[in-house]
Amino acid sequence: MNMFLETLLGGLLAGTMYSLVAIGFVLIYKASGVFNYAQGSLLLFAALTFVALTDQGVPALGAIVITIALLVLTAIAIEKLLLRPLTNRSPMTLFMATLGLSYLVEGVAQGIMGSQVRALDLGIEDLPIFVGDIMISQFDLIAAGVALAIVVVLSLLFNRTRIGIQLRGVADDTRAALSLGIDINRIWQIVWAVAGLVGLVAGLLWGARQGVQFSLSLVVLKALPVLIIGGFTSIPGAIVGGLIVGAGESLAETYIGPYLGGGITPWFAYALALVFLFIRPAGLFGERQIERV
Amino acid sequence: MSEINLPAAAEPVDSIGLKALGAAAAVGLLLAAPFLASEYWINAIIVPFLILSLAGLGLNLLTGYAGQLSLGAGAFMMVGAYATFSLQLRVPDLPLPLALVVAGLIAGAVGLAFGIPSTRIKGFYLIVSTLAAQFFFEWLFLKFPWFYNGNSSATIALSRGLSFFGLEANGPHGRYYLTLGIVALLTLLSLNLIRGQTGRNWMAIRDMDTAAAVIGVPVFRAKLQAFAVSSFILGIAGALWAFAYLGSASVQSFGLTRSYQILFIIIIGGLGTIRGAYLGAAFVSLLPLALDWLFQHLFSGHVDAGLLQNIQKAIFGILIIWFLIKEPEGLARLLGLRRAQGARRRLFPS
Repeated sequence: MNMFLETLLGGLLAGTMYSLVAIGFVLIYKASGVFNYAQGSLLLFAALTFVALTDQGVPALGAIVITIALLVLTAIAIEKLLLRPLTNRSPMTLFMATLGLSYLVEGVAQGIMGSQVRALDLGIEDLPIFVGDIMISQFDLIAAGVALAIVVVLSLLFNRTRIGIQLRGVADDTRAALSLGIDINRIWQIVWAVAGLVGLVAGLLWGARQGVQFSLSLVVLKALPVLIIGGFTSIPGAIVGGLIVGAGESLAETYIGPYLGGGITPWFAYALALVFLFIRPAGLFGERQIERV
Repeated sequence: MSEINLPAAAEPVDSIGLKALGAAAAVGLLLAAPFLASEYWINAIIVPFLILSLAGLGLNLLTGYAGQLSLGAGAFMMVGAYATFSLQLRVPDLPLPLALVVAGLIAGAVGLAFGIPSTRIKGFYLIVSTLAAQFFFEWLFLKFPWFYNGNSSATIALSRGLSFFGLEANGPHGRYYLTLGIVALLTLLSLNLIRGQTGRNWMAIRDMDTAAAVIGVPVFRAKLQAFAVSSFILGIAGALWAFAYLGSASVQSFGLTRSYQILFIIIIGGLGTIRGAYLGAAFVSLLPLALDWLFQHLFSGHVDAGLLQNIQKAIFGILIIWFLIKEPEGLARLLGLRRAQGARRRLFPS
């Protein structure tokens, strides 16, 4: 029983790390209808910039500020050079453009800052904590706390600020928002920048876990099933999806894995997502599409 | 909302004559290619180009014509390659061409299975199904030694090489003609499918599947057909990639990068065009060579390989974005080769 609880808790906590990546997706999808495949590359870019700067002797705070500034500039460039020329194109075209964007960002980031593995020390020790008989990783606990804090900040941003209300307006009905005089291009820039910031946080946490290197951009593949389960348009969905995937993965690896020879995590989340989709084709919290001819 | 695809108008007689002449010249050139090009060109450029075109063709039927986005092209190629290997190893009486067909059918059946979710799931949610295929087969073929016959390096290679009916196709010429023959046959098959009812059903579904269902297109069946036919072609392309080009292959030969490469081929070449697959494949195989050549001349080896790879990656990304902005219908359109210039086709109307 203890082992079950330990696996479950470990999985749930790891799941919040998936959620962090997924939230960046949801933000962009809600506001601009773009399925942003490049979120993983932006995450890599953010983490790599931070680590490269600290390696050069820039103090952590300065590195953070410079990285954020770069992310904001990137968001503005993306809006001007990619989103604006592709306005009114089909979602599929936009998705493929973000695939191209991910190649560009990865190529540039690694070309400038190198592709070797860099260690990232956030000063959080990965010590196990015991609650009764159950062992929990301290690092995971802090990561979960950070995820929670981000969700709280985002919901405050969305519900209490003028920009947040504009964002929700754009997400709700782009045309109505435009006719009310909301500057949609600026909203897109803000959303992409915010998604970049969420990516930075996720990138730092993941980077501290597994080192900052190319494979960091592949966490996007971990976040996809999370999004699918939660639905593309819902931040609570991303959290719940992350928890389901995290718990499901670690339970499956422990209890089903041995019968299949182990190593089933890469595809298990996808199989799980397929099962959920059969029951709810737009995810748990996604908006159901009504089709008209 | 969506335009109706009108059949292309009958062409004037003299243009048909010109076309026949052009086609004859092209066929002559293709048959003579091995005697015109060096062995290096055939092995390292022409054969992979042909196979990539075939894979692009397969994916284009599914994504470009039937509108079902797939990120798992590599998985179906992998199934084809491993199935061919198993068949040649365990059913030695089956001649290679038949083994290829059976392997294609197996890949088709697998594609069909992973296409079933498409009947309930639409749009982006669908990529989860093909990605599941991608990761599942990478795991499966690596995990169980039966699939690679317990080989210590976990790779597959045909022990008897490419020979069938007393013919040897192991040299560069043999590989070239084998590949060319298969590619030509499958291209013809695809062309006929596209021009017939099947292709029209697919395009109707791509343009708007609810509307297609309303006018009586059997959406469920047509989608599954698209998955099966596409995977059949991809499976055969995978077998050729493994045995006619690489010689020995492993799971890594068909990873996610391969899937993206095939997707880029059809984006750059032109979604929903047959010749787009060839143009895209030519572009994808020649661009790295051209960049290599350029950097050799510009920096004469001062740039290290890692940086060069990243620069290539970035250029590739820029080109994809540029293509989508400037010419969403790809090279096929850009080169002005489109058949029915009046009948504008849309890629993926929203």
